[in-house]
Amino acid sequence: MNASEDAHAAGRLGIWLFISTEIILFGGLFLLYSMYRLKNPADFHAGSLELNRVLGTLNTVILITSSLCVALAIDSLGKGRTRKSAWFVAATIACAFGFLIVKFFEWTAKFHHGLYPNAKVLLSLPKGENLFFGLYYLMTGLHGVHVIVGIGVLSVMLVRVLRGTITPQNPTYLVNSGLYWHLVDIIWIFLFPLFYLIT
Amino acid sequence: MAERETHESDYVPYFLHKGKYPGALGWLLATDHKRIGLLYLACIATFFSVAVIIGVIMRINMLPGHVILTAQQYNAAFTLHGIIMVFLVVIPAVPTIFGNFFLPILIGGRDMIFPRLNLFTWYLFVLGAVLALVSVFFGGGAVDTGWTFYVPFSLKTTVNVPLAVFAVFILGMSSILTGINIVTTVHQLRAPGMGFFRMPLSVWGFYATAWVQILATPIIGITMLLVVMERLFGIGVFDPAKGGDPLLYQHLFWIYSHPAVYIMILPAMGVISDIFPVFSRKNIYGYKMIAFSSLAIASVGSLVWGHHMYVSGQSDTAGIIFSLLTFLVAVPSAIKVFNWLATMYKGSIQVEPPFLYALSFIFLFSIGGLTGLFLGALSPNVQLHNTYFVVAHFHYVIFGGMGFGLAAAVHYWFPKMTGKMYNKPLSVVAWLVVFVGFNIFYFPMFILGWEGMPRRYYDYLPQFATLHQVASIGSFIMVAGLVLVAGNLLRGLVAGARAPANPWGGATLEWTLPSPPGQEDFEEIPVITHGPYEFDKKESGA
Repeated sequence: MNASEDAHAAGRLGIWLFISTEIILFGGLFLLYSMYRLKNPADFHAGSLELNRVLGTLNTVILITSSLCVALAIDSLGKGRTRKSAWFVAATIACAFGFLIVKFFEWTAKFHHGLYPNAKVLLSLPKGENLFFGLYYLMTGLHGVHVIVGIGVLSVMLVRVLRGTITPQNPTYLVNSGLYWHLVDIIWIFLFPLFYLIT
Repeated sequence: MAERETHESDYVPYFLHKGKYPGALGWLLATDHKRIGLLYLACIATFFSVAVIIGVIMRINMLPGHVILTAQQYNAAFTLHGIIMVFLVVIPAVPTIFGNFFLPILIGGRDMIFPRLNLFTWYLFVLGAVLALVSVFFGGGAVDTGWTFYVPFSLKTTVNVPLAVFAVFILGMSSILTGINIVTTVHQLRAPGMGFFRMPLSVWGFYATAWVQILATPIIGITMLLVVMERLFGIGVFDPAKGGDPLLYQHLFWIYSHPAVYIMILPAMGVISDIFPVFSRKNIYGYKMIAFSSLAIASVGSLVWGHHMYVSGQSDTAGIIFSLLTFLVAVPSAIKVFNWLATMYKGSIQVEPPFLYALSFIFLFSIGGLTGLFLGALSPNVQLHNTYFVVAHFHYVIFGGMGFGLAAAVHYWFPKMTGKMYNKPLSVVAWLVVFVGFNIFYFPMFILGWEGMPRRYYDYLPQFATLHQVASIGSFIMVAGLVLVAGNLLRGLVAGARAPANPWGGATLEWTLPSPPGQEDFEEIPVITHGPYEFDKKESGA
């Protein structure tokens, strides 16, 4: 193995370890979700009905598309088509912004209905629904933070691809950013059914 | 040999090496693993001193008739002592100081695999420490929850809990990234011929620890974030008024914090496993058993957290299972102890300072480990939970184990790191003072706890006065010994005799380098042809 292959293998191992820590980080929240859902099935059902499935589905489609884009960006880079790769990274970032905008409208609507922690309306509802919305904001919020971080990371990647510091011979950073982005995607793939679909 | 001499002419000790940046920047922007190790050392030594001083103040307070702290001040004192010791000293110390400095050398590499990430972890560490410090002086005052931050009290108390737990979150990030760096380094940077079973056992210790750091720390990360969110937004996941369950906090907290005990002890055990063969002039007994027992401790230790919660209201079934697993995790620890003893058997023992610390490690750790079984058993725990017995137990394990292991590591590697030697007779005296003081200090606490003295109380009933007095006197002796240790090491650093490349006759790779090593560690990456403790092969020149 030559030096750049070594660096690539090291980066790969490092990012996979990092991804496992992220999954465990969310794991704590999934654990709370399971416990509280088990204890309050009816309230979680009622809470789930309050969420907007159309917007949730839209966001799922946006994120899956973005994952496809980042995969295509890596693929194009591997084939030496740097500009095309940059376009796909840009498309990924655009999708990420789209996701956040939809999320913003969703959250705002909930706030207007008084469905946020410590709001009078929510406090008047059963305890289980308080937990449901508490977890909803925590989990989608933490996920949203990861989307924002992803935008930052992918923007750096975009610049580096354009400047030619990420090349077909040395794609590690882009590949690893892509893996991180897939992680962001897959966490949402679990959040979506847990909050929007299971009733 | 001629070739080697030409190399030596351009050898410069790593700390005199002229890098990209001059002066202090050369340290603050260092990516060299040795310098980062020393950055950590400087910070951790400072934090340790602060926490020791807080401890001494608490012991003065516990002298009969010497109540100098108010109840609130005492609460803040034991909380700060705990937070500093656990998160800023005991968890990071061995992996970040000695892992950074020696892990790459021990496997024949030139640096950690991600040097810039390595420096970043130090900045996160400093940031976490600063935030913890700020939380003491601003926004409601010093945290009084104990280092465990148990809800619902941590949600109700008026002091600055959010900042303190956020500091712990940042420190956790630092710890995770260090773990990732260590695992990747061990996988990628081993020299040719350095198979996994030719690695020194200290490397196995760092490696097993790194896995626990990676797999357990995210849980405390999310738990601490949840406390912040609870405090700031009243989310309700731990608040019974909103349907939350405080017991779940305890589960999440101990899912990390019990494995954290192994983050503390495993690297120290690794270093001890390196020291015994060197000072017995014998190959280690049961290399693979020690290596695998590290992994066994790391994995089984992740499943025993419930033994902190026997009286917290978890089910009896859960208690029985956690108790069983707790007894099981004692087995790999005992395997290590017996292997160390067998290593010394019929060896030609050289009693040097590192060896004395290693021996006392076995003695103190065994007391700490065996009293852990008292606590891990369900019925005695009802009597002993939250008493001084617990305090004595974990100080025997953590200070007697990890602390003495750390001291062994310091005395073992000091000549390599500094190129100087400390005064050996004085270091033996200092060791004796610390060891004697330690036992006078902590042993009476077992009896106090057995008799019912609860922990975290700033005052006590008259019948506990004598033993408290003994413990306090012991603490003063021990701290005097610590001062002696530190003074001797500092004197050695300034005015010690020059240390040879291999003062102890070790066979691992760091002793093939000059003391102190040059910037690049190895002129040429070595090819490994024998195990780490095969002294005969080393001496015949193989």
